[in-house]
Amino acid sequence: MSKYIRAKITGNTPINKDHNLLVLSPDDIPQRPLPGQFYMIGTDCSYNPLLKRPFSIFRYNPPSPPFSKGGMGGFSEELQFLYRVKGRGTERMKEMKEGDTVSLLGPLGNGYPKPGKNLTPVLIAGGTGIASLFPLAEKLSGNVHFLYGARTSDELLLLSELKGLVKKELIISTDDGSEGRKGTVISALNNFLANQPSSASGGISHQLYACGPSPMLEAVSKFAAEKGIKGYISMEENMACGVGACLGCTVKTKKGYKRVCKEGPVFSAEEIVWI
Amino acid sequence: MDLTVNIGRLKLKNPVMTASGTFGYGEEYSEFVDLNKLGAIVVKGLSLKPMEGNPAPRIYETPCGMLNAIGLQNVGVKEFLKTKLPYIRKFDTKLIVNIFGNTLQEYVKLSRILDDAGVDGIELNVSCPNIKKGGIFFGTDKKMLQKLVAKVRASVSNAVLITKLSPNVSYIQEFAKIAEECGSEAVSLINTIPGMAIDIKTRRPRIANITGGLSGPAIKPIAVRMVYETFKAVKIPVIGMGGIMNSGDAIEFMIAGAASVAIGTANFVNPSATIDIIKGIESFMAENSIRDVKELRGAIKI
Repeated sequence: MSKYIRAKITGNTPINKDHNLLVLSPDDIPQRPLPGQFYMIGTDCSYNPLLKRPFSIFRYNPPSPPFSKGGMGGFSEELQFLYRVKGRGTERMKEMKEGDTVSLLGPLGNGYPKPGKNLTPVLIAGGTGIASLFPLAEKLSGNVHFLYGARTSDELLLLSELKGLVKKELIISTDDGSEGRKGTVISALNNFLANQPSSASGGISHQLYACGPSPMLEAVSKFAAEKGIKGYISMEENMACGVGACLGCTVKTKKGYKRVCKEGPVFSAEEIVWI
Repeated sequence: MDLTVNIGRLKLKNPVMTASGTFGYGEEYSEFVDLNKLGAIVVKGLSLKPMEGNPAPRIYETPCGMLNAIGLQNVGVKEFLKTKLPYIRKFDTKLIVNIFGNTLQEYVKLSRILDDAGVDGIELNVSCPNIKKGGIFFGTDKKMLQKLVAKVRASVSNAVLITKLSPNVSYIQEFAKIAEECGSEAVSLINTIPGMAIDIKTRRPRIANITGGLSGPAIKPIAVRMVYETFKAVKIPVIGMGGIMNSGDAIEFMIAGAASVAIGTANFVNPSATIDIIKGIESFMAENSIRDVKELRGAIKI
């Protein structure tokens, strides 16, 4: 009964014009988060905003020895969230200062599944989607292809970190061509896979992981279906409870509505019914 | 200190229950709340057959509140009896099932099934604003309500019968009186208030159903007023709800006339809200030398 915790803000710094990195030091982390899982974070200032907002985990740092509860030395556990300021909830969050506290519910949801045997992961991030796929690339020790797209170069985040991390191909694309390939991440994906040897001729099979805006996820899903590639996508919906009770965050699947917070946020791409 | 309250023949260990649709089937919150501590669990609105619910987006936050149009997505009574009921029965709390039907016959059939299954209470949902047929039509038409409550009353023997009223009427107390006359043992109010929000950039409604039910602190003063008016009009217990966020709010509802209270949207904000509110009521009673929580009911000074 301890998934609901409080955390002190130890950092909340802008990393570009509309993204911040929130660093939290929680009282206690009952369960370590997996890439693709999320937390509901509440700024607790008043009833406006009323509801917590869901944020996928960007980084978890375990306590460093010789830390002991209330003891000296080392560092306590840390949770990091990379978020885009886009509405009332995140605007309020941006105003939060070091030393302020937030309430925290999580980790929630399923997270990204492990890549299938003999399948090479291809990670496809659009915009803020980088926040949930970067930790997946870290977990897979950089043995991934990574496609990352944004509208313009100044919206791209973590470029040098990605270059250091990704051991296979890293393909950057921008809609205006100000960095990397010009065009969408989908056209980059198309191009990338066209240049890979097919599995029939002894090449490697791939498994897609995508996080980004809904039209991008829809395109990835259709692409995966056409090419017969297994794909996983991280979905987003307005959320109230985060624990599966309110049925507010459902998405339509072939087996009826499913909850993003409980059965998701990561779904098999073929499962989603796009409307 | 006596925290027990009576809802008709049903004795609750304390006045705090969950509001239908905000607490799932109990298990969703079991990680955060010791379900044994609750006065009662009111589960998500149930229908005879499973219901798919409305398309997304289903919810949208508004100032100090939220709109929802879930569309009564639920597992249907068969699955409920198989998996959800046995789970809740492991806990020492009362179980009230909120029910919904498209027709009078469906309400009657469903009530009978649940009564036979031994649930403690049946809450007639005649006030859901988010479905096209049934529901609110029973709750805003006096003749329909009369027929419905009387018919269900005649077919339920053990479970306590509660009617959940719509705030979408001019005089809620008149509907409460009808429920009382037809044998409802309690009334619960208020359900959400129909509302709407629009995205000015896309000019599209914020939720797919166009309109939704408004809940949360934004509606609390309306709910307190309606509980007060209903309390004055009927003898049966009133279960008060609508934007209760803390024990102070809960006590306010009781002073207005509520015998017990239901916690809804607050569960989303603070998953242990119900427990915090029970504790808060206890401390308030201790601080104010109130030995019996029933002393608070209708204790308003005018």
